[in-house]
Amino acid sequence: MKISAFHLMPHRELPADFERRYESVWVTPPWWELADARRVGQYYNWTLDELLYAAKCGFDGVCTNEHHQNAYGFMPSPNLMGSVLARATNGTNVAIVQMGATLPTSNPPLRVAEEYAMLDCISGGRLVAGLPLGSPMDVNLCYGITPMEHRERYREAFALTLKAWQAREIFSWNGRYFQLATVNLWPRPIQEPHPPVWVPGSGSISTFDFAVEHDVCYCFLSYSGARSAKTMMDAYWRVVAEKGRDLNPYRAGFLQLVVVAESDARAEEKFARHVEYFYHKCLHVPGVWFSPPGNQDYRSLVATMANPVRRAENPKNLRYRDFVEKGYVIAGSPATVRDRLKEEVINGLHVGNLMVLLQIGSMPHELALENIELFGREVLPGLRDVWDDAGWVNHWWPERLRQPAAPVAAGLAAGGA
Amino acid sequence: MTAHVQTSRVSETQERTVSVWQGRVRIRVLSKGRGPALVFFHGPWGLTWDPFLDELAQSFSVLAPAHPGTTPDAHDDVYHLDGLWDLVLCYDELLEALGIRDAAFVGHSFGGMVACELAAAYPDRARRLALIAPLGFWRDPDRIINWMLLEPGELRRQIFRDPECDAARRMFPPSDEQDSSATAARVRMVWAMGTTGKFIWPIPDKGLKKRIHRVKAPTLLVWGKEDRLVPPVYADEFVGRLSDARVQTVADTGHAPHLEQPATVARTVREFLSQ
Repeated sequence: MKISAFHLMPHRELPADFERRYESVWVTPPWWELADARRVGQYYNWTLDELLYAAKCGFDGVCTNEHHQNAYGFMPSPNLMGSVLARATNGTNVAIVQMGATLPTSNPPLRVAEEYAMLDCISGGRLVAGLPLGSPMDVNLCYGITPMEHRERYREAFALTLKAWQAREIFSWNGRYFQLATVNLWPRPIQEPHPPVWVPGSGSISTFDFAVEHDVCYCFLSYSGARSAKTMMDAYWRVVAEKGRDLNPYRAGFLQLVVVAESDARAEEKFARHVEYFYHKCLHVPGVWFSPPGNQDYRSLVATMANPVRRAENPKNLRYRDFVEKGYVIAGSPATVRDRLKEEVINGLHVGNLMVLLQIGSMPHELALENIELFGREVLPGLRDVWDDAGWVNHWWPERLRQPAAPVAAGLAAGGA
Repeated sequence: MTAHVQTSRVSETQERTVSVWQGRVRIRVLSKGRGPALVFFHGPWGLTWDPFLDELAQSFSVLAPAHPGTTPDAHDDVYHLDGLWDLVLCYDELLEALGIRDAAFVGHSFGGMVACELAAAYPDRARRLALIAPLGFWRDPDRIINWMLLEPGELRRQIFRDPECDAARRMFPPSDEQDSSATAARVRMVWAMGTTGKFIWPIPDKGLKKRIHRVKAPTLLVWGKEDRLVPPVYADEFVGRLSDARVQTVADTGHAPHLEQPATVARTVREFLSQ
């Protein structure tokens, strides 16, 4: 089992009436009313400190991601964050999991191939190369990419990236969206033939197919927990089987929100308002923005219209106990959290690469550190060996980090950030 | 160029599918009426034969092609076109296949922009041009609302001055029950927005200002006085650049004046085209 700490870098201090006063947390939230650059500088540093603390607390990897024009999570360049993390974790066995730089918004997308190669060089071959499509809000609304071209651009950029990392000869790329007469990447990644590739998705069937065909790790980034992900992930594993791949659990990644405290009751006291802040404010986006016309192909559009998934439940109507009960958030004592993660996520979805979000919404820095520390100390050790007996190899993890991590020295885990 | 024409008869409106673009793009063309040829280019919400076209068909031989991708069972054909230039060439091939050397062009919204682009690329093909709330320009102080990002209810309020009018009810059938025809209508509309959006995202100014001077045809601009999507000030952009153009605003209508007041708008257009 590989367990990584995920971070969104959210705005932690949105006003109480944010979701009533503003149209959306994404694309249109007014910076001048809602944010302050010095304070945001503090958020970035807290984010880096929290991820580095997770690295010290025994997590296998640290994850960053790319989003634009929003207060939900604003690392427009995940590779700036990733380079700090890579440098600061040198000498450790922590993977730098970039979840990652968005290909369709990078022009030419070769920029992503170059920066990932740099990160792999700086980190000594510890990069996991997440290659996401990017959300429609980021790609279509903020960065102006035509919805109907979004997936085509992604697929072309993906192929170009993989080739640029591996080609022994200089080559020309005469693509539909990108034309480059002389591709000769400097630097190349340390990992050969290339760093492990993860493709994050939010349940689109066409992304399943793509991930399985390219033999990469498919990561379901869900905020609705394992129970609602079950149907999707079952469908993913069916595709894996149909296409003749093995059922290696490391083919799948899953993101889970987790809060852990001394007891279930104490978890509620400490974290309830931060969880509600996340679901009520950080996900405050008009529904149609998730799927502007043309972003889904015709077949998917027909399927979605006939069976609308997203309209099932409005999180604004739910409170902390609902989120916990439904598994959106796994919360409680270390034993509760460990058992639910094992049963619902790891075994329930057949997942080998688990990502946990431990700084959630408005959660302040100190509280985030407590959550990270307790998870690292009391939960993580009980999950690490789940798949060990089955003999699967995590082909989607940097080769030199595949051995189970050594137990963390107690003094280190208890230390401050 | 190879063009395959299939014809079938549906009540009074003729329907045929024409293949262009090396057979890769199939375009269904609805037609009706007698008289000089009139080509109607529909807006971003898809083609339906409506009372406005019926009115025009009394004086013209009306041909209404469906924009690439909106022809039933040819949804993916739009992927064969990379941009506006391809689209304009496609329509030139379509006219060729239909045996139309020149015609009156009428277009609404996105279709108005297409008609104008076609008239700029092939000035001799357009005899007269009637553009109903056409796209094609961008003014920072008068931003055009991106209708592709609106919830259905809000979209309906933005298109129509009166969101309860008959045309609005036809375009947005009630969807309170799990009615498959309402779902199908929604799919058609979303896909029509996606396929037309391919040529104008994220700002519907794709360089018409560089080309519009080539238009020779006398032009009528029809604008709903209460157009909330594309404000009537956009008429100035066209009038200022065309050598022979005038504007007719229509009271009590929004972005689809020909749907809200079909008889009035059809009369205005017919009179202009018959001059």
